[in-house]
Amino acid sequence: MEKTLLNVRNLTIDIPVGGGTLHAVRGIDFSLNRGEVLCIVGESGSGKSLTSLALMGLLGKKITPRADEMSFDGINLLKAGSRQMRALRGARMSMIFQEPMTSLNPAYTIGDQLIEARMLHGGASRAEARARAIELLEKVGITAAASRLSQYPHQLSGGLRQRVMIAMALMCGPELIIADEPTTALDVTIQAQILRLLVDLVREMGMAMILITHDLGVVARVADKVAVMYAGGLVETGPAADVFGQPRHPYTRGLLACIPLPGKTERGAPLGTIPGIVPSLVGEVSGCTFRTRCAEAGPDCRGTIPLRGEGAHEFRCVHAEGRRVSEQEGA
Amino acid sequence: MLDRAGAAHPTLEIRNVTKTYSVKQGLMAKPKPLTALRDVSLSLRKGEVLGLVGESGCGKSTLAKILLGLEAPTEGEVLVDGQALGSHDRLALARRIQPIFQDPYSSLNPRKSIADIVSLPLRIHGIGDAASQKQAVRDMLDVVGLPARVMNSYPSQMSGGQRQRVAIARALIIKPEVVICDEPTSALDVSVQSQILNLLGDLRREFGLTYLFISHNLAVVEHLATRVAVMYLGRIVEEAEAGDLFDAPAHPYTQALLKSVLTPEPGLGVPDTQLGMAYPNPIDPPSGCAFHPRCPKAGPVCSATAPVPVPMREGHVECHLFDPKSPLYEDTSR
Repeated sequence: MEKTLLNVRNLTIDIPVGGGTLHAVRGIDFSLNRGEVLCIVGESGSGKSLTSLALMGLLGKKITPRADEMSFDGINLLKAGSRQMRALRGARMSMIFQEPMTSLNPAYTIGDQLIEARMLHGGASRAEARARAIELLEKVGITAAASRLSQYPHQLSGGLRQRVMIAMALMCGPELIIADEPTTALDVTIQAQILRLLVDLVREMGMAMILITHDLGVVARVADKVAVMYAGGLVETGPAADVFGQPRHPYTRGLLACIPLPGKTERGAPLGTIPGIVPSLVGEVSGCTFRTRCAEAGPDCRGTIPLRGEGAHEFRCVHAEGRRVSEQEGA
Repeated sequence: MLDRAGAAHPTLEIRNVTKTYSVKQGLMAKPKPLTALRDVSLSLRKGEVLGLVGESGCGKSTLAKILLGLEAPTEGEVLVDGQALGSHDRLALARRIQPIFQDPYSSLNPRKSIADIVSLPLRIHGIGDAASQKQAVRDMLDVVGLPARVMNSYPSQMSGGQRQRVAIARALIIKPEVVICDEPTSALDVSVQSQILNLLGDLRREFGLTYLFISHNLAVVEHLATRVAVMYLGRIVEEAEAGDLFDAPAHPYTQALLKSVLTPEPGLGVPDTQLGMAYPNPIDPPSGCAFHPRCPKAGPVCSATAPVPVPMREGHVECHLFDPKSPLYEDTSR
């Protein structure tokens, strides 16, 4: 059995807001092994980015995450002090953000920013760090890497900047990479290239990756494991083939029906929709949060929602098959 | 490109349009010209949905702005019903052609109520009195699926999907003929995107609208468009009926674009587009065919001579592979 690299049990993030508490992430569980890609998929406001920031210890002073367990290679991330987190971040865990223009410092050259990380964490000399930077820029497919080191972020295109971000995340040979919407701002052709690159690097270097996205196409093509997030909770988790092959939760099925499938959806035919809006997570949240938009919802959706499923493929729904009809037939 | 025999003038047409911007290179350096559109011709026929696809920086939005009359072409002409755009009255044009922009956060005035925003076109054009304008707003909000109570709300109180519905309501309240949609769903979640796409489809059937639909999401364009134009670095490199283009893309760039669409089918992995990575610098475009540095099928002729448009199906393709006069032609007997 592969040793688990990252283990998260009952992660809860409450944010104090004017007039109450925003229950942004409500008791989620997941785990990740080396060499695996976990995709967390959900719509805006579902809490997926907050989850990644909690793992990196980047939530800020006002928000304290709670969990039964949040450990990285046996290190308790909840108890880790800011010094220990700083040592982990960049060295063993690193993050790729969505917008490379705002996450690179415009006043420093690409080279300075790449080399700094390695010198801070890796204890390498400037020359060693420089050699590593050139090696990684070439690995992420940037030509004339040595000459790029003296360029500033604004001199690069969006696709190149995102490659620089990936190279920077890899500078210290991390064991876990968290990529938050790494390709959302990019063109489709560049998106495909960057995703291929990330997946190849994960396999080649034996890293683990958490990829956060709202794009189900990206998830299907990249993920080993999928976690579908809705209103701060995980509604369905499992191997990608199972979640896409037999989606069990009504929300997962609803999301899949919303996207036109070339060759399958009839051109111009109405697409599936999920009526209604995401409920407010301020104040007490109980029962299934999806019930206000769910076609299968009934009175029992207000109560406690059991975790169902077999093996690794699990979902949270009061209905045994994620549908009301089949349960009635069974009764 | 090709007018069908017997068809009336296209509603909206650009002929041989070139648009050049002057780009500053630095404090002391001389500004350089950036050619956003190079000798582009395109027509929008009544009742169709023309999808315009291409990567960022290829000139899609410049083309939209020129069609809307927001930018003047450096060369070439813009025709409305076969007559120069400039010869039409500005207000009259605005009644017929309306835009929907990508970002519903920056295209609505944050200080105006939804009723003010949606009724503004009616007030500008002096249509109806206050009571009938209010009723028209109420009807239009109903059409786009917003409850009447949002009339007194402000944009900051609404979600992205609701704001985009407001933008659509504002564009449609004066019953335009043509709607120019520039990435109307790119900023939205998928569940909201499908609602907006369904709405655009319903409104087209109900009001007989004509759309120019600009998007980088090919799955969405395939779903909605009746005809598609593919842009690369200021040129339309392929134009065809939607069915033809998506079933059998001709231009290597169109093929690469279609290949990079990630459908939610697990197990297929991420496709190899076989494209070189670098999108060229539009200030200093490659010689010959602008696509040749990234093209897996490029030959020696491609870097030397620019290809010319070759009529194909109900449109054209601009590639040496399909030009009978080109040395590359014989290699691909299609």
